[in-house]
Amino acid sequence: MKIHEYQGKELLARFGIPVPRGYPAFSVREASEAAQKLGGSVWVVKAQIHAGGRGKGGGVKVAKSLGEVATLAGQILGMQLKTHQTGPEGQKVRRLLIEEGADIKKEYYVAVLTDRATQKVAMMGSSEGGMDIEQVAHSTPEKIVKIFIDPIAGLADAAAGELAAGMGIPKQTQAQAVDVFKKLYTCYMETDASLAEINPLILEGGKNGGAPSIKALDAKFNFDSNAIFRHPDIAAYRDLDEEDPAEVEASKFDLAYIQLDGNIGCLVNGAGLAMATMDTIKLFGGSPANFLDVGGGASSEKVTEAFKIMLANPKVKAILVNIFGGIMRCDTIAEGVVAACKATHLAVPLVVRMKGTNEELGKKLLADSGLPIISADSMAEAAQAVMAALK
Amino acid sequence: MSILIDKNTRVITQGITGKTGQYHTRMCREYANGRACFVAGVNPKKAGEDFEGIPIFATVREAAKQTGATVSVIYVPPAGAAAAIWEAVEAELDLAICITEGIPVRDMLEVMSRMRAREAAGGKKTLLLGPNCPGLITPDEIKIGIMPGHIHTKGRIGVVSRSGTLTYEAVAQLTDVGLGQSSAVGIGGDPINGLKHIDIMKLFNDDPGTDAVVMIGEIGGSDEAEAARWCKDHMTKPIVGFIAGVTAPPGKRMGHAGALISGGADTAEAKLAVMQECGFTVTRNPSEMGRLMKALV
Repeated sequence: MKIHEYQGKELLARFGIPVPRGYPAFSVREASEAAQKLGGSVWVVKAQIHAGGRGKGGGVKVAKSLGEVATLAGQILGMQLKTHQTGPEGQKVRRLLIEEGADIKKEYYVAVLTDRATQKVAMMGSSEGGMDIEQVAHSTPEKIVKIFIDPIAGLADAAAGELAAGMGIPKQTQAQAVDVFKKLYTCYMETDASLAEINPLILEGGKNGGAPSIKALDAKFNFDSNAIFRHPDIAAYRDLDEEDPAEVEASKFDLAYIQLDGNIGCLVNGAGLAMATMDTIKLFGGSPANFLDVGGGASSEKVTEAFKIMLANPKVKAILVNIFGGIMRCDTIAEGVVAACKATHLAVPLVVRMKGTNEELGKKLLADSGLPIISADSMAEAAQAVMAALK
Repeated sequence: MSILIDKNTRVITQGITGKTGQYHTRMCREYANGRACFVAGVNPKKAGEDFEGIPIFATVREAAKQTGATVSVIYVPPAGAAAAIWEAVEAELDLAICITEGIPVRDMLEVMSRMRAREAAGGKKTLLLGPNCPGLITPDEIKIGIMPGHIHTKGRIGVVSRSGTLTYEAVAQLTDVGLGQSSAVGIGGDPINGLKHIDIMKLFNDDPGTDAVVMIGEIGGSDEAEAARWCKDHMTKPIVGFIAGVTAPPGKRMGHAGALISGGADTAEAKLAVMQECGFTVTRNPSEMGRLMKALV
């Protein structure tokens, strides 16, 4: 689960990590009020959408007067912000973050994530902040420093110091960096995050001759959906406007659904088999319209809901059902498919491939239903049949 | 022959009193030697009672001591599942098989770290299969997990996969072409798990009862590539390989928490290429796994 930048900064602040002062705003009036509350003479108006690359897309602007804050807020609120992560339609901006300006001396990058290979927590930093980190990893991998943290031992001062030095943080600021990194690690673990990224982490000039200090100018979080149950505060951050409505609808019925670009709807039990089915469709020249895993205990109602969700996508011109009956019996699924066809007045070709427990019974139910259901014995046959039906 | 389990394996069921635990314990008992194999259940509140004749103990340690069981299967709900794994480790079992889906990643990180530390300190190593896996089966001997027993046939082909139904697909194809299975193992779809492809391939390589292996992977992580590189240098048996997710877009989690493309090396194309280089008979058509294996052996 993703959250907005301003929510991420609330979390960082709660764990004692310095962030700029700022307020979220849902309207131009709220944006002006936020700027007045902040005071000063420079403000940043930041579009709040879950996708990255907002600056380049024109969603982050600096204002030098209160009037300019209002003008920019008016321009950004409601715009379809297009970034490399939003897709061609862009994402509508419904929220802003109004922040005090920052005196940026240098931009760094720091992130925490779970490393599958070592089964540890990785913290990575770079002197090349403010940029797309994948670009840095690709062109100058030596500029990325990584440390691996054992979740039982935690992050030691020495390891955090090594990271700070490796990132080129000035000597007189390294002690503060160690403190910030340790807090960031604690924040990551205690919130069950799967990604905590600060890009850029900035260096600000020391006030009254003091040492320069670091501050989080952005915050990107992703959380482990398996652990949300123990974080009601983070669950409350969920913004359904940022999610695909079809995926949200599917999740209500415990269906894993992801919309894709093709025209063949797929309904499969099991994530691996669902991917294999999509791959088979592609192998025979077709294009899947979605990934849909009905899971282990699919009832007739669940299959009907799955059909409704697939058919809500106007691109769908045919449906392929692939079920391997284990605990879930093929006859139960067949009943569900027949009920779903009737409930949705199915008007596109339907190919069903069933294998496993009560296979013959399931096939007979489909054949006896009087519905124009095309039956197939293997995934490959099913894909070929659906391609033929599309012609 | 087989890997990890056979008809002499004695099993403790952790979470035997829940709905899932009850259902699958029944199914496992009905399969082959199941009645002799499933000897104990664990529930601290129901110690002294029994589940359809299987005695229930308060702890895994007690169950192991009283019955001599060396393997456990875990159906405990997600919030307590990592603790259940740790209990199996502390009871010094040989193998814990965690079926539970939806365990928080942090819990798995912590329990894996504890297991490493225990082993490093000279403690007994308990193997973990899963979590979020279908379990494993040695046909006609024993089934531990949620797979449909009747699709399997006893034979000499090993099967390893992350996913449940895709494993069954491979097994059914093998059975259809007349090839039985030595053991079929589902290692699970989570990002942090126990036994990996490489570990299972090593076991199959050492098993005199296995002639060849079907290895199935999916997008996300680097486990399949690591296994393939090991196989290139050590594996003496032919392998048919398939990776699911050629059509999966980056940044979208395809059902399994572990099936998420994040870099470039964890795409299906990249893994297929590595497997090909390492001498696997690779297919892009998952309906061909059985037929290809038939041609190899």
